[in-house]
Amino acid sequence: MDIDALSASRQPSRIEDDVHAITVENLNLFYGPKQALKNINMKIAKKKATAFIGPSGCGKSTLLRCFNRMNDLVDGCRVEGHLNLEGKNIYDKDVDISALRRNVGMVFQKPNPFPKSIYENVAYGMRLAGVTKKRELDETVEWALKGAALWEEVKDRLDDSALGLSGGQQQRLVIARAVAIKPQVLLMDEPCSALDPISTLKVEELINELKKEFTIVIVTHNMQQAARVSDYTAFMYVGDLIEFGNTDKLFTKPSMKQTEDYITGKYG
Amino acid sequence: MAATPAPKPLDLTAKDTQSVAAYVKSGQPYVWLTAAAISVAFIITVALLCLTAARGMPHFWPADLLKAEYQEPGAEPVPLLAELISEEEVSTARLISAGLKLDDSQPFHTRDLIKVGNRDLYGADFRYLLDEWILNRSYPEDAVVLERMEWGNFHGFLEALKENGSVVATGEQAWTAYAERQRRADRLHHELREIEKGEIGSINYGLERVRLDTRRLELAGKTRENAAADYQKLDARKAELDASYETLRTRLVEIKTELARDSLVLKSVDGQELEIPLAKIARGYRPNAMGLFAKLGLYFEKLWEFVSAEPREANTEGGIFPAIFGTVMMVLLMSVFVTPFGILAALYLREYAKQGTVTQIIRIAVNNLAGVPSIVYGMFGLGFFVYFVGGSLDQLFYAESLPSPTFGTPGILWASLTLAILTLPVVIVATEEGLARIPRSLREASLALGATKAETLWKVVLPMASPAMMTGLILAIARAAGEVAPLMLVGVVKLAPSLPLDGNFPFVHLERKFMHLGFHIYDVGFQSPNVEAARPLVYATSFLLVLVIVLLNVSAIRIRNRLREKYKALDG
Repeated sequence: MDIDALSASRQPSRIEDDVHAITVENLNLFYGPKQALKNINMKIAKKKATAFIGPSGCGKSTLLRCFNRMNDLVDGCRVEGHLNLEGKNIYDKDVDISALRRNVGMVFQKPNPFPKSIYENVAYGMRLAGVTKKRELDETVEWALKGAALWEEVKDRLDDSALGLSGGQQQRLVIARAVAIKPQVLLMDEPCSALDPISTLKVEELINELKKEFTIVIVTHNMQQAARVSDYTAFMYVGDLIEFGNTDKLFTKPSMKQTEDYITGKYG
Repeated sequence: MAATPAPKPLDLTAKDTQSVAAYVKSGQPYVWLTAAAISVAFIITVALLCLTAARGMPHFWPADLLKAEYQEPGAEPVPLLAELISEEEVSTARLISAGLKLDDSQPFHTRDLIKVGNRDLYGADFRYLLDEWILNRSYPEDAVVLERMEWGNFHGFLEALKENGSVVATGEQAWTAYAERQRRADRLHHELREIEKGEIGSINYGLERVRLDTRRLELAGKTRENAAADYQKLDARKAELDASYETLRTRLVEIKTELARDSLVLKSVDGQELEIPLAKIARGYRPNAMGLFAKLGLYFEKLWEFVSAEPREANTEGGIFPAIFGTVMMVLLMSVFVTPFGILAALYLREYAKQGTVTQIIRIAVNNLAGVPSIVYGMFGLGFFVYFVGGSLDQLFYAESLPSPTFGTPGILWASLTLAILTLPVVIVATEEGLARIPRSLREASLALGATKAETLWKVVLPMASPAMMTGLILAIARAAGEVAPLMLVGVVKLAPSLPLDGNFPFVHLERKFMHLGFHIYDVGFQSPNVEAARPLVYATSFLLVLVIVLLNVSAIRIRNRLREKYKALDG
């Protein structure tokens, strides 16, 4: 796909004008005594791709993991502030974490398919949600695999082990697995860092397709990637959200000195 | 500008190839050292198998019977008909001090161990004789070996065959007729045992139940007056059982008379005459007249008898089937107890418990349990399971059979449970290691799809850890199958009258005592009155015990490999 054409097709827009899927208000996160996120405020636009960039250890993955409360698994992690998904604070006491995670899917850095068949990998989330009808499962698996641009490659070997797929295929498989339960938001934590350039390109094309249906939040180390796939970009630095705005603007006319230094490669 | 030092010429040729230091550095010694270690381990394993097999397996070979005369200097020659077991070089001094009239012209003499059989005639069936004094050797074709139900083997010659006390055949004809009649006797014998063990066994079992039911009624305060119907029912059942017992008893008497019909008249090599009823003969053959294939056939027949039949003569004759059965059943029961228990414990320790000092202490304690001597577990099993748990069970559910205990006495259930506790640390440790190896990324993948922790454990973690659990089970089986000491306290006996699994309801009798190969080895080896007869059986039983353990382990390993293939984990 022609990247320039893609960029050109994107309408310059402002976050404020979009419908918001997630709003983050005064979010602070502590690992024990150490504060990892400092007073984050941001709005994630619905059915758009938002990229988090920043040097290693800046808290971008930590912020991403707040969105589906994966940080709950970390001992000594404490979150303050609000994180509203469709108006509901997901850190409220009455939130069902399983329901939350069914609505906020996640794709990890390394492909992590289960040691099960391709079919069972994609059907895993649906089975958890209680879907037992073979027809419904079959249809959704096919839909999800098609959505992840993997259907053509695996349709004849759905019962083979998912571990037999290549790295790029595995990553698209776990995207299909996340998509299959039809979440509203899809979180991607450096989804291409373990992939070769061809596979990376395929996954990026996929992200561009997926954002028609889902709100996508992607963490990436690769600034070109952020520029290629996202509508909005947030630049973070040591737990602070330094700058957040339209991707084109952030990369061409950053308003903060730190952002400029980072995207021009002065540090990172 | 400062002059740059001239670059050193590049030299890649090895300087030092001869010194010891260079040799050590090359890594060669480590290769040799490690290879030596594994070679020794391998050789010892093979040697162990070969030794037990070589010492034990020839026991079943129908060896030729040597007819000879034993001539001690200055004494009358004594006729012999014996099987040559082994020979050894013994120093003359030792032989002289043992009372043999030898001059010390040569330092060593060959001494033979021979099996003369006929324990009823000679008192002992093994003898040590000086090889050079065995004269006039021959292998007569008509020499007969009879394996008897009592008194061990008979060696001698067949004189006549009697039916109801009168001679019907003599000499060669008698041998031909004998084979046919032995088959008939075997059939009758088989029938007899079927009736005694099977039908009469179940009648006895039924009668015992009637007795217990009656006792239970009494304990419940019901008398013949206020619960006449119940008593009538029991009386009717008892009468029915008694009646069928009577019919069987008549049949038994018939069979026994039939069996007693034929007998053999035999003569030992020293001329003593003996009449042996066919009912007392397990097998008769003439080894000297048999070809290789006939002998091979007999060899495998005897081998099969060894693994499939019940023991006779204080375990020195017959087979060891009940011991094999007991060992396997005990190990399987143990696996059934230890696997879920160990897995649950490991799951809590690794997945749910807060990792801290307390958890660490518990973990160390569990690991150290593996080092507690097994006899201590036996004591625990006896004190806790047998006396406390079993005794309480008897009070609660088996009051009718008291004071004779049901579960309050050593039995296979308690033995399995004791070994389950003994092997628990192994399963816990292996399972924990398996759980720790499941990549975090897979747990996160499952959680991120909305699975709860329990669902993640059940659907992802446990299946992937199953090979590790199997490893734990394999180690547990290996340890449990070889354990003897604790079993002596909690359920193993020298001779169990019935298997813990039979055709009488409820089929599995976990309260019964059982036989075990390991204990059988100890019993035959140390408690047997007939040392020479027992020795090859000790080796054969050991070999079989190793085979049983190998078989159990191989099946577990196969299951594990299939699981491994199925749940191959990702790297990292």
